[in-house]
Amino acid sequence: MSEPLLAIENLHVTVEGKEILKGLSLTLRAGEVHAIMGPNGSGKSTLSFCLMGHPKYVITQGRMRYEGRDIGTLPPDARAKAGVFLAFQYPTAIPGVTIANFLRTALKSVRGGEVSVKEFRQLVKTQMKTIGIPDAFMNRYVNDGFSGGEKKRLEILQLAVLQPRLAVLDETDSGLDIDALKVVAAGINALRSAERGILLITHYQRMLNYITPDHVHVMVDGAIVKSGGSELALELERQGYAGFRPAVAPAA
Amino acid sequence: MAKKPLVEVNEEYEQLYGFKMPERYVFKARQGLDHGIVKEISGMKGEPEWMTKFRLRALDHFLKKPMPAWADTELLGQIQFDAIYYYLKPTEKKSENWDEVPEEIKRTFDRLGIPEAERKFLAGVSAQYESESVYHSMREDLQKQGVIFLDMDSGLKQYPDIVKQYFGTIIPPADNKFAALNSAVWSGGSFIYVPKGVHVELPLQAYFRINAEKMGQFERTLIITDEGASVHYIEGCTAPTYSSESLHSAVVELVAKKESKLRYTTIQNWSKNIYNLVTKRSVAYEGATVQWLDGNLGSKLTMKFPGVYLMERGAHGEVLSVAFAGQGQHQDAGAKMIHAAPDTSSVITSKSISKGGGRSSYRGLVKVYRGAERSKSTVRCDALLLDPDSRSDTYPTMEIDEQKVSIGHEASVSKIGEEQLFYLMSRGLTEQEAMTMVVNGFIEPFVKELPLEYAVELNRLVQLEMEGAVG
Repeated sequence: MSEPLLAIENLHVTVEGKEILKGLSLTLRAGEVHAIMGPNGSGKSTLSFCLMGHPKYVITQGRMRYEGRDIGTLPPDARAKAGVFLAFQYPTAIPGVTIANFLRTALKSVRGGEVSVKEFRQLVKTQMKTIGIPDAFMNRYVNDGFSGGEKKRLEILQLAVLQPRLAVLDETDSGLDIDALKVVAAGINALRSAERGILLITHYQRMLNYITPDHVHVMVDGAIVKSGGSELALELERQGYAGFRPAVAPAA
Repeated sequence: MAKKPLVEVNEEYEQLYGFKMPERYVFKARQGLDHGIVKEISGMKGEPEWMTKFRLRALDHFLKKPMPAWADTELLGQIQFDAIYYYLKPTEKKSENWDEVPEEIKRTFDRLGIPEAERKFLAGVSAQYESESVYHSMREDLQKQGVIFLDMDSGLKQYPDIVKQYFGTIIPPADNKFAALNSAVWSGGSFIYVPKGVHVELPLQAYFRINAEKMGQFERTLIITDEGASVHYIEGCTAPTYSSESLHSAVVELVAKKESKLRYTTIQNWSKNIYNLVTKRSVAYEGATVQWLDGNLGSKLTMKFPGVYLMERGAHGEVLSVAFAGQGQHQDAGAKMIHAAPDTSSVITSKSISKGGGRSSYRGLVKVYRGAERSKSTVRCDALLLDPDSRSDTYPTMEIDEQKVSIGHEASVSKIGEEQLFYLMSRGLTEQEAMTMVVNGFIEPFVKELPLEYAVELNRLVQLEMEGAVG
């Protein structure tokens, strides 16, 4: 079989000295959609930040390979250029910077070359229509004074415009009403392709009503404790997380 | 984060703005300052006696006045007043045609893009080199409408009555040490009069260039908008980098008569060996608006607190400023709003960026006199620190002697956010690009007020300043 798109092996990560990920392993192939589900504090967001290269998250053991290459020491911009994307749970406001300027700069950066105004406009316009974002959005400042739903839509717009190979979506469903959730899910489904891998990180099962994952993993206390097909999500919905024990039992 | 040495920033500045031309002059005063030099300057200019006396009295004030104790006394104390050349006349005559301007001076302004800007989007241009204006022109249609746009020396010669009526009335020589210095040795600057009801649609621009070493430039500007008139005046300034200090000390007086609108924009980009100690003040009469847009980049120490005296009902004043302080620099900037009549309003928005150990200060005064009922004032100061070595201070003063007023003050100091940088970098921007984007966003409220060409230039200048911000 060909090289997996993402291979995480026995990953241990600390944040400000505290170990959050404790030996997490995961293999994701191009064309697949994986969902990681877990309770609050299980380390889901740590995994997403770590994949994108946030400087606060330190890998102490194990590694993560993207397209066969260890990306653990690459800065975030190098990962983005290589095709990794993170849709943030809490996107940051950049006051004074218009979405148009931000998106075009981002597109130029990940492509590594100029993007004509015309091409950019066409590309963005099409995607905005799909995601249900009004044109006036382009002149607003990035996430500045946005509602939760607007922020999430902007994340999906970026995902759609930047067309990464690996998309990590951190709690993209949180804070969305049902209509917004459907729109966002449709946007994500539209991006499913044989070349792309998608990692959905979520607390609740409800987004998985609209996006059917190929694999579902349950994460508890910094490691994956159970993996299965999409039916696992429904099992979780019924039983809750209480039945799942940490993977690493305390030393006897 | 390791910092690259600042010299790399200067190298870039060197190429674009800091280049030197051989020194040229038809007259250069000897070094230092005394009554003899002041008389010599006034004599060479063939001034009326009242002006010579005005200058000499001002010199006495300058010599007598101590340095302001509230200011950055450490940097001010380093000024070598005796080492400065206070007057340098570069050419015999002023031209109205760039082809008549001496070659190296013309080349300087070409490199700075002034003739091109004039062709594209300006209604008039004045170019000052060292102490004197060397080029001057204004569109004919404006001349026909009675608009006067001259260098200050020509203004004094051609319109002595108007000049005498206003000169030094808004900023008297005794106002402060540097206003006194300017009043003693002033040379060049702009004189503008816009007649009743005339709207000057495109900006008038003056460009001030220092070329010689240890130079003192002391331009003097007076702008009067008559009833219902409007004008936008823009000034730019640059100088070569020398290891010795130069001194720039201007006085700018604005008079906005009833229902007129006067906007004064500065994009200052001095080299880092310039002391920039400037006094700027305006009076606004009934229903008039005065706006100061003040972009302070470069210089070693800038002290500048543009003011608006709101003299009659309904007058409105605004100061919108941006300061960028890098290594070894102190941007001491602010604003003064004096509410002396009812229903007056003012807005102060100050944005500062400090980097590489640079220091920026906001120093502001809002004063409301008794009887200035229903006055409104809003002050907002935002400081952005790019690294832990940099510094920002806020010194706001409010003197409110009237009860029925609405005054607001907000201040914030923020460090450039790790989360903002991470967010932008996760979209492929390098750390340097991410920082520059955050900074450009921070000053956007200022930039969007500028004509497009200046907005582009300012963003480019900020980008230059940002180079070397990340190791």
